[in-house]
Amino acid sequence: MSGIAANAPQTTQLMMGNEAIARGALEAGIGVAAAYPGNPSSEIIETLAKSAKERNLYVEWSINEKVAMEVAAAASFSNVRALCAMKQNGLNVALDFLSNLNLSGAKSGLVLAVCDDPGAISSTNEQDSRLVAKMLDLPLLEPSTAQEAKDMAKWAFTLSEEIANICILRSVTRISHARGKVTLGELPAIEKTARFDVTRKPYATVGEGAAKFHQALLQKLDRIREINETAPFNNYAGPEKPELLIITCGSGWFYSIEAIRILSAEKSVGILKLGTTWPLPEKLVRRHMLQTRRILVVEEVTPFLEGNLKELAADMAPAHPWIFHGKVSGHIPPFGELTPDIVIKAVTQILGLTYASRDSAYHQKSQEIVHRTVPPRGPQFCAGCPHRTTFWAIKNTLLLDGREGVLTGDIGCYGMGIMSTGFFQVKTMHAMGSGAGIASGLGKLNGFGFDQPVLTVCGDSTFFHATIPALINGIHSQSNFVLIILDNSGTAMTGFQPHPGIEMNAMGDPAPVLDIEKLCEGLGLNVVVTDAYDIKGTTEKLLDLLREDGKPRVLISRRECALIRAKREKALYKVRVAEEACIGEGCGCDRYCVRVFRCPGLIWDRESRRAKIDEAICSGCGVCVDVCPQAAIVREVIE
Amino acid sequence: MSPEGRDGINLIITGIGGQGNILISRIIGEVTLGQGYWVTIGETYGASQRGGSVASHVRISKTTEQGPITPEGGADIVLGLEPVESLRMLGLYGSPKTTVISNTRPIHPMAVAIGEADYPDLDVIKNGIRDLTRQAWYLDATEIAIGLGAPLLTNMVMLGALAGSGRMPFGDEVFERQIRAAFTKEKLALNLKAFVLGVSTIRNQGSNPDVNVNKRA
Repeated sequence: MSGIAANAPQTTQLMMGNEAIARGALEAGIGVAAAYPGNPSSEIIETLAKSAKERNLYVEWSINEKVAMEVAAAASFSNVRALCAMKQNGLNVALDFLSNLNLSGAKSGLVLAVCDDPGAISSTNEQDSRLVAKMLDLPLLEPSTAQEAKDMAKWAFTLSEEIANICILRSVTRISHARGKVTLGELPAIEKTARFDVTRKPYATVGEGAAKFHQALLQKLDRIREINETAPFNNYAGPEKPELLIITCGSGWFYSIEAIRILSAEKSVGILKLGTTWPLPEKLVRRHMLQTRRILVVEEVTPFLEGNLKELAADMAPAHPWIFHGKVSGHIPPFGELTPDIVIKAVTQILGLTYASRDSAYHQKSQEIVHRTVPPRGPQFCAGCPHRTTFWAIKNTLLLDGREGVLTGDIGCYGMGIMSTGFFQVKTMHAMGSGAGIASGLGKLNGFGFDQPVLTVCGDSTFFHATIPALINGIHSQSNFVLIILDNSGTAMTGFQPHPGIEMNAMGDPAPVLDIEKLCEGLGLNVVVTDAYDIKGTTEKLLDLLREDGKPRVLISRRECALIRAKREKALYKVRVAEEACIGEGCGCDRYCVRVFRCPGLIWDRESRRAKIDEAICSGCGVCVDVCPQAAIVREVIE
Repeated sequence: MSPEGRDGINLIITGIGGQGNILISRIIGEVTLGQGYWVTIGETYGASQRGGSVASHVRISKTTEQGPITPEGGADIVLGLEPVESLRMLGLYGSPKTTVISNTRPIHPMAVAIGEADYPDLDVIKNGIRDLTRQAWYLDATEIAIGLGAPLLTNMVMLGALAGSGRMPFGDEVFERQIRAAFTKEKLALNLKAFVLGVSTIRNQGSNPDVNVNKRA
């Protein structure tokens, strides 16, 4: 086996942070890995799934993060090391279980890798998961490099077994989705034996009382604090008595080093990098704090480390009055992601230095040219995306219906339904499954004069993850709404992972398919299926469903994601604009196909003043043929 | 090391989601690591398959490991898979020392399609780039890729252009070795062809790219 699972100690590889976490778990000898996909965490499980056969692993895409955590815990209870991975939003889903698991404890090494997304590059929020480690009294590790991601992931299992409890490994986008050099360690033997010891005391927190378990957990945390004093992931570089001490963790470390190098401030600034950020190695931290008067805390999002350091400092007051710089002082923003330049700016302000990345004339010119010349570019539905056609049908339906219908939604590619290429149709978007929950509530407001039709959209993967309970809620409460399931055959947003509606599991083995249609029918609902590319048919079916009343109804708008299909087969059609038929700017349509339908495969040719197909982009779905009022777009079947 | 003599090269590969930006950043990373350099690649994606701007920061050094984000004004080379994206990168990361190697084939953002913004003429883009860089090479990589039967090969043509530019500290033969290792047998021939065409297209422009003589002094 080559690649990530290569048994080649001391060789180096270029690895993505998430691959490095997976490698660390392999080196720790895990047997089970489970997750629900979510960027920036998805590649951890994808990587492990690829080596499942060779490394004797069981790897699954679970239905949601809570179940994933439960699946991993089951392995730990039964003497098998396990990894669970999720993004920050997923942690909230798993939290109900986690906040009891920490008290019941586990057995074999159990690591939760949670990948945060400072700046919300691919998320609906930038929640800082580290607060959960403190809240649950669990050890927290924060890698700064791909190498550390690998080494810490492995070490986390030892730490977990030291206290028979979960260890949290917190990564961020710039670690998870960066690639760096990793030197491999050894892989252990692949034999594992699972056995649940029924003679031991139960994994539960009742009986002796949860407070007792909590007390025991806090004692374990003291042990971790001691271990962290000599952990290999905490280090200091700089003068003995720095004028300014930067205390940093995670992605902040590289930015701090770079800032100091660029400012040539190595003689006056020291950097204390902490990899074990909860519980803090207090003696080590105090030792360094006592060497300086000025401290700058460099970390992303919430002032977590900063707050914990200030707690320490409060215990040392009044003998040692430090000046703290960081998020509270305004030197480092408490939102968005960090950059080297943010740290450079903070250090120059604190030390009274001057720095300009470029001379001001160049800077001004570059801003002026880019502002004047470069058009904005935001995310949009891909060419051939079945969501575009479904939202087009929804928009038409709501116009025809004329009662100001409200469409709610949630997370997935179709979240772009709130934006331009989804024709601004989606009016609420929060958590997985929230669309249906909110619809269930809206559909009960008729007693207050609410007379607008209610619709909600969810994806096929979201349906299994969190929509089902909300739908059942709507049935039992006799709420009045239409659930539109956008079934594009996979978890598209995060990289096309399978879910219970797909005939294959994470490891590529055949798996039984849960039929969404039958499932809804089994709940006693009226279920209508439509082809997402059939705009007219979908509009008619939806209009009929909208006019029914009294309980939830389901429309399954089905068509495989154009990107998944394109990996497998050729385009359906060769599409072109018939030049003689397109009247161009003379047509009353005012560039309807380009301006209103908004498929990136359709562009406006300024020279000919007509619509044109961009053959480098067009996916060949042929749907726009039905949109042009002049029937000027032509599709020919590709043999 | 870098043409300016300092340690390290910051290469930013920019384009649109779905253009295969990440694949070529990875090939460059593997090549660089194989040549005994430190390399860190920072990638921005997530919504990347949905048509937004995508950039990979490839940070190369002989002596030290660096972070995943290039500091402002720190780009030595911008490899642009789409022309306005090349120019966009210069706003934050460009300096008078930057070299641009850019595809000339536009991909219109939605704002242009719906008439809320204009897509500039190629000459306007080139003038902007000339004002903000030390030198620039241009090629219609998409046209070359379409000529090979697959517009998706645009990224490999651009990788060839980078290798052929002589701006990297190792030659195109090292890239070629890595490409041979990176693709399955069925996919290798076409990808290699695209790469070689990229190399030769840039070489044929000789040592006379679009140079800003004022800046070079």
